[in-house]
Amino acid sequence: MIDFLNGLVALSNFVLIPAIAYGSQLALGALGVTLIYGILRFSNFAHGDTMAFGAMVTVLVTWWLQGMGVSLGPLPTALLALPVAIVATMALVLFTDRMVYKFYREQKAKPVILVIVSMGVMFIMNGLVRFIIGVNDQRFSDGERFIVSVREFKQMTGLREGLAIKTTQGITVIVAVVCVALLFWFLNRTRTGKSMRAYSDNEDLALLSGINPERVVMYTWMIVAALATIAGTLYGLDKSFKPFVYFMLLLPIFASAIVGGLGNPLGAIAGGYIIAFSEVTITYAWKKVLKYWLPESLEPDSLVQLLSTDYKFAVSFVILIVVLLFKPTGIFKGKSV
Amino acid sequence: MKKLMMATAATALLAGAASAEDIKLGVIMGFTGPIESLTPAMAAGSEYAMKEVSDSGKLLGGATVSSVRGDSTCIDAAAASAAAERLITSEGVKGIVGADCSGVTGAILANVAVPNGMVMISPSATSPALSAAEDNGMFFRTSPSDARQGQVLADVLMEQGFKSAAITYTNNDYGKGLADSIASAYAAAGGEVTATFAHEDGKADYSAEVASLASAGGDILIVAGYVDQGGPGVIRAALDTGAFDTFALPDGMIGGALEEAFGDEIEGSIGTVPGSESANTTMIVEAISSETVDASGPYIGESYDAAALIMLAMQAAGSSNPGDYAGKIMDVANAPGEKINTGELAKGLEILAAGGEIDYVGATAVELIGGGEAAGGYREIVIKGGKITTAKYR
Repeated sequence: MIDFLNGLVALSNFVLIPAIAYGSQLALGALGVTLIYGILRFSNFAHGDTMAFGAMVTVLVTWWLQGMGVSLGPLPTALLALPVAIVATMALVLFTDRMVYKFYREQKAKPVILVIVSMGVMFIMNGLVRFIIGVNDQRFSDGERFIVSVREFKQMTGLREGLAIKTTQGITVIVAVVCVALLFWFLNRTRTGKSMRAYSDNEDLALLSGINPERVVMYTWMIVAALATIAGTLYGLDKSFKPFVYFMLLLPIFASAIVGGLGNPLGAIAGGYIIAFSEVTITYAWKKVLKYWLPESLEPDSLVQLLSTDYKFAVSFVILIVVLLFKPTGIFKGKSV
Repeated sequence: MKKLMMATAATALLAGAASAEDIKLGVIMGFTGPIESLTPAMAAGSEYAMKEVSDSGKLLGGATVSSVRGDSTCIDAAAASAAAERLITSEGVKGIVGADCSGVTGAILANVAVPNGMVMISPSATSPALSAAEDNGMFFRTSPSDARQGQVLADVLMEQGFKSAAITYTNNDYGKGLADSIASAYAAAGGEVTATFAHEDGKADYSAEVASLASAGGDILIVAGYVDQGGPGVIRAALDTGAFDTFALPDGMIGGALEEAFGDEIEGSIGTVPGSESANTTMIVEAISSETVDASGPYIGESYDAAALIMLAMQAAGSSNPGDYAGKIMDVANAPGEKINTGELAKGLEILAAGGEIDYVGATAVELIGGGEAAGGYREIVIKGGKITTAKYR
């Protein structure tokens, strides 16, 4: 029994908790991608760098607040800076929309052209972020580091294995749940949300019934900016802020959105957790957990690791390809790519 | 256009004529990249030796020595080779102090230094593979090979009672070479290596790597990485998840940034850095310490020695031509002869000018063996009270 608990704790510490936090970050990112795809009808490759921009503003405002001596006690100051960053990111994406995307929308450009355009936007945002804050790691987390630390847990339970829950992991999950709840309330209950869904389902019909398309586009961008900033900040808080990393995140985020079904918000959330759990469990060395769970005669000698951790991103790639081959609309019936 | 070319040619001639008086030495180090916090002090160390020689006015009848810096980036072989090419062909350096990291050092040596017949003395490239590199007798290093460091670190681990260890290394020539030499020496000494994993530098999150290492278990985690790159990330993830709380840290991980990032969280961790008891780096460290240069890192004395050896060899050969003085480097570094310590370069130059022999000791008790690499003393360090402290010398 104790062995079983020890195994469970080890599993939670190294697999479940990190995967849930990572999955929440991916889900928030994938929601943004899926909304753009559903309503504006193109894959937005600039999403990763929108996240980087949002997180960067958070970092800068956090530094300023820390300099002024403001803090949130046990919580990271970054949470205070978040609203400012969301507004700044909204301004940036609305500006981009006005300057770039609007032109192509009026031309009724094909989605594939918009994808290429978004790649151009991606490189510009990429450069902008690096120009402002540089390419290096930036630390901006403060406050209490742990909700439960390994040492406390071991003392509390007397188990051999320890369990750590970082404050940032707790915040990530809570914020993600709140964001998702708000988003679904907005899409299903408010007038603007309903008009957004109508526009997504059938553009012409929506126009005929008097929905203002520019308003829908504007609200979509604002929501996406908020989601991107929150996802970027949470990722930066939990891991560390480095502009290049957000560019790399694009792959698992797109994989999440596509696995769940592009254009389907529920699918984006499910996809986020599926990708996170596959990445973590496939590259985890199961020896430690199995040693507790299996009878002594079956104990493994090797590490029981399916893939080396170097191949983490390959996992999302494989899932992406498998889904596109066999179920192009994704699990939750989104639009086919 | 014709005028411009004439003018260029004229300046080139003038520059050529002046070079007898002003000798340029290249200093190629990773001023950007994974060890960027260590390199300013290393470069300052070698430039301090150049200043000492210039001020003495005794080199080749009063020549002055100035440094030209080049960025090796530590990891980008193409950028490093281009930097070296520039120093040799357009700046006209007569010798190179560098490069710093093993991978780029090997690249510069093969692509630039050997084809151009340029002498290179690296203060910090420690990969065992460089011992066997094709160098035409032009490559030396004032740091020992990692084959030796692996042995020393394994001895320290066994003495401290760490019987099993997991190893993670930065995925490049330096990390791989060092990890291999630690693993084989440790296994030979009776220790058990539970797992050896590479980690990629520059990632935001190392929890997956650490989870695998934790699964393998072990008394201690050996992190053969860089202090400005993935190394601290790995340690941070290991501490957060409670996977390991003591670490064994080879030279690339020892620096002020480590104390700053972890303080007493890694209390009791051990490490090894090249250095010996008879070494005398205090003077150099004091001279170059300032607000802009953090002189708490390793390889400062080695850098000073590398530059000093080049200049002493020039004096011994009576020429600043790399082809002439390369053969003299082993002579001035080793016995027999008068011992020359840190700050006594002027004395050394005098003796050589008079036709005498010297045995350069310098900042790190230089003794070149084999194909021209330091025999290697090591400083065993331990993290005590959140500070890097010296336990003993080996």
